[in-house]
Amino acid sequence: MLTLYGTEIRSRLLLGTSRYPSPAVLADAVKASDAQIVTVSLRREASGERAGQGFWSLVRDLGVRVLPNTAGCHSAKEAVTTAQMAREVFGTSWIKLEVIGEDDTLQPDVFGLVEAARILAADGFEVFPYMTEDLIVAEKLLAAGCRVLMPWGAPIGSGRGLNNLFGLKTLRAHFPDVPLVIDAGIGVPSHAAQAMELGFDAVLINTAVAQAADPVKMAAAFAQAVQAGHAARQAGPMEPRDMAVPSTPVIGTAFLR
Amino acid sequence: MHATVIGAGVAGLACAVELAERGATVEVFERGEKLGSASCSWYAGGMLAPWCELESAEPLVARLGSESLAWWQKKCPGVAINGSLVVAHRRDAADLTQFSRRTERFEWLDGDRIATLEPDLGERFDQALFFKEEGHLDPRVALAALADRLGALDVPLRFGVTAATSPSSGRCVINCSGLAARDVLHDLRGVKGEMLLLRSRDVCLSRPVRVLHPRIPLYVVPRADEMFMVGATMIESDQPSRITARSMLELLSAAYALHPAFGEAEIVEIGTGVRPAFPDNLPRIGWHGGVLHVNGLFRHGFLLAPALARRVAEIVLEGRHFSQGAA
Repeated sequence: MLTLYGTEIRSRLLLGTSRYPSPAVLADAVKASDAQIVTVSLRREASGERAGQGFWSLVRDLGVRVLPNTAGCHSAKEAVTTAQMAREVFGTSWIKLEVIGEDDTLQPDVFGLVEAARILAADGFEVFPYMTEDLIVAEKLLAAGCRVLMPWGAPIGSGRGLNNLFGLKTLRAHFPDVPLVIDAGIGVPSHAAQAMELGFDAVLINTAVAQAADPVKMAAAFAQAVQAGHAARQAGPMEPRDMAVPSTPVIGTAFLR
Repeated sequence: MHATVIGAGVAGLACAVELAERGATVEVFERGEKLGSASCSWYAGGMLAPWCELESAEPLVARLGSESLAWWQKKCPGVAINGSLVVAHRRDAADLTQFSRRTERFEWLDGDRIATLEPDLGERFDQALFFKEEGHLDPRVALAALADRLGALDVPLRFGVTAATSPSSGRCVINCSGLAARDVLHDLRGVKGEMLLLRSRDVCLSRPVRVLHPRIPLYVVPRADEMFMVGATMIESDQPSRITARSMLELLSAAYALHPAFGEAEIVEIGTGVRPAFPDNLPRIGWHGGVLHVNGLFRHGFLLAPALARRVAEIVLEGRHFSQGAA
């Protein structure tokens, strides 16, 4: 079981709700993914608290936990305001905190992120910060009151997989007890399996499912990959080595060739 | 057969025309004070692009939508079948490949062939998808043409009418009121769209151009008198409030990136409307309390209205469902 801010979560796949062909496809994809947490963007999906009621009620009917995000916010102040609005709309103190620093890569502004995390944690929020894999940023976010971290795999929507394996492994090794969720850049299920094999606690997928030709089938594929990767981690993978090692003993066999 | 159609958006007008042309006695009630004023059809792009829409819509939309091209050519002046063009900026080249995998009936163009079709774009893009069977119309001209046709068929169009209309024996009610039918169609939701009308003398286009964008399907549709419609955002909201600065930036950036001369264009109009949609974003025709509801045309009003209107006429005039539903 994965524990996020005291809540036990069985499924290690989190699903974003943007950019599906229709809400009906989204609902089927959530079911197929077996996700128990979905992220919802308050800013981008609706232009106000009451306006998006149709979509919010569809999301609520999915029967999963909603993790609202602050996607599209470019400053700490904007993100804090959006988080407060999200708490009103969704009745949850969970917030996935995004402060975007640069529009071409959607790279997080880690300075604004730490500042916003401090304000929100002090205000009673349970913050899931979207961050780079930087160790010092991780430390500052934990000091600010975060108890879950969400490092990127690659830029949002790029589908490039885990860009900086060394950095991500280092992050995992430095914070063995903090739940780490790979947040962005996953393109195919093998990327998700790899993240789980490295010991990450969960992955969050949106574009790779939403923009697949068959989002429902892709959601199921990701569910299997996440389970496989997690099981492999628990099973203890072998260490790669440079030379071949025969899997059956050679001593005593006849020299036939 | 007497039929009352509620709503004079594209769905209602198309249904009224189909019914009246097949001999029914029809009247149309519209809550707005004049044509288009209370309808999201007024702000539509008017692309008749069934095969492009396959990118994100179900095959049903293409199947129904392919009926619309010939229908509109018969009913409305100035419907152009010049095809549609899909382009991407170099950084979004992967999106063009993905678009091509999900759509049908197109060909790949290189820069020279783009220049032949659209001289103003030839040097700006080195590849494009060309859907040559697709067309476009000006939605406001098309709504007016349908209203004129109804006039010629002696169908009264009553504006400013909000009174509830009940079916009675021998009278069928067809509700095409979009989001206003939400009290009956509970899973209907609103998807807000924002659009701009620009005027530019410096750009000339002969067909709609879609610019692939990671989040919104942006397009520029040429209209008469040096006008261009730039649309359209998709926001999960039922409030037709004003355009946001961000949406305006995105729409204008798309136009500017398509051709820098749009930077000098005049902004003639800023429009917002709310499209009615069901959870699967597909249209429905169904009886509720004796009234035939036609709704959920989403972003495909002009594309789907002809096919839906034909089916409504068949249901109503062949009597099978009508006798059951209205009894």
